[in-house]
Amino acid sequence: MREREVPQEGNSTLAGHRKAVYAAGEDGRLRLVPSSGWEVEEIVTRQAVDDLARRSEEAHARALSGESSPLEYHMYRARMDLDLLAQTTGIWRWRVRRHFRPRVFARLPLALKARYAEALGIPVEALERAE
Amino acid sequence: MSSLLRHSGLPISEAMAFGLSSALAFAYLPCIRINGLPLISFRMPPRAIVKGLRRQLGLAMHFETFRSPADGTARLDALLDSGKLVGLQASVFWLPYFPPDLRFHFNAHNLLVYGREGDEYLVSDPVGETPVRCARSDLEKARFAKGALAPKGLLYYLSAPPPAPDWSRLGRRALARTAHIMLHAPLPLVGVRGIEILARRVERLPLAGGGARARLYVGNIVRMQEEIGTGGGGFRFLYASFLQELASVAGYAALGELAGHLVEIGDRWREFALAAARMIRGRDALAPPRLAALLRALAGEERRFFRDLLRAARAWAR
Repeated sequence: MREREVPQEGNSTLAGHRKAVYAAGEDGRLRLVPSSGWEVEEIVTRQAVDDLARRSEEAHARALSGESSPLEYHMYRARMDLDLLAQTTGIWRWRVRRHFRPRVFARLPLALKARYAEALGIPVEALERAE
Repeated sequence: MSSLLRHSGLPISEAMAFGLSSALAFAYLPCIRINGLPLISFRMPPRAIVKGLRRQLGLAMHFETFRSPADGTARLDALLDSGKLVGLQASVFWLPYFPPDLRFHFNAHNLLVYGREGDEYLVSDPVGETPVRCARSDLEKARFAKGALAPKGLLYYLSAPPPAPDWSRLGRRALARTAHIMLHAPLPLVGVRGIEILARRVERLPLAGGGARARLYVGNIVRMQEEIGTGGGGFRFLYASFLQELASVAGYAALGELAGHLVEIGDRWREFALAAARMIRGRDALAPPRLAALLRALAGEERRFFRDLLRAARAWAR
């Protein structure tokens, strides 16, 4: 990549930050050049973010209709999946999956809820509501 | 990593540190999944990079991991208070200074802490342009994140100043090692053969249901290639910069030519990324076989390149 070819496309995913890329100057030597973003990166990052958002919206709808507990929604909102939540909390996967059932979740002891809330980085009260 | 050495009296660029630790690689790891997608890496895991550099340069470097977050934080504070610079591994998701759209659960991120003011740490992060601050509770959470490649609070520091390096000897060894990783790794998932396996996997992506899954899959490859770490092009530009630098400090001109070749390969990787992104956006029809062909061509070029590199390293020895 030549220095003048370094993309400066102002990616919104970088939120105004710039990242350094290596590009060759006129003499052929590589040096670090700041870039405000490349559309390709924007596309793939946006795609990943949108996919996570889609999962959390679907879980949100399920939580509101009573098909699933707010825990599932909050898990996706924290960009986690079942494996990661299970590992972070130290609770077995099948147990976490069981806690996705609204009736089981409603009867969960506070200590368990606190463990989930801690892992997800939110207060316990927020965990109980799907907002 | 390079700033850790620079602050301890060894002037070394990021590219040099990357190259000397033989960090360039390729690995396709279908068994490690992040959000249901396989891990694809264009470099060695961070721990291997840091340890590679320690072995190469003969550094008096110490690594510590912790079971309890409180111990990890206390140890970090103690080291900082004694005036040490401390390198850390952390998850980007919990680092508040990252742009929100880039905060994924990615655990293998390295940063450097150089001081503390009250409950805030002074952090030099290779991703950002300027030093940043990070609150204690956030950093603790980031250091003790769980999941794939969990950092377990890993920290590292130097207990003695680094010795003066002999560039030619180190360079020769590092080049041969990288070429061996890419060409002769015992696992077919690593190196050039890994790219070929990935190509096969991409070719067979199911297109059922509009191909949403296939789009996510190729998007993931591009993200690992361009978004992770510095330089883009799956670290190929960074390594090319190392070759140029080594050519001038060690006076071995053949490496300059190889660097030019590697820059071209990096450009090919970017063309692959562009083609993939156009398909993801729907500007071009989704055609996994075309992407697979690009990957195969890349594998072929890299095989040729690393053979030349190995030859150059051996010719240098004599």
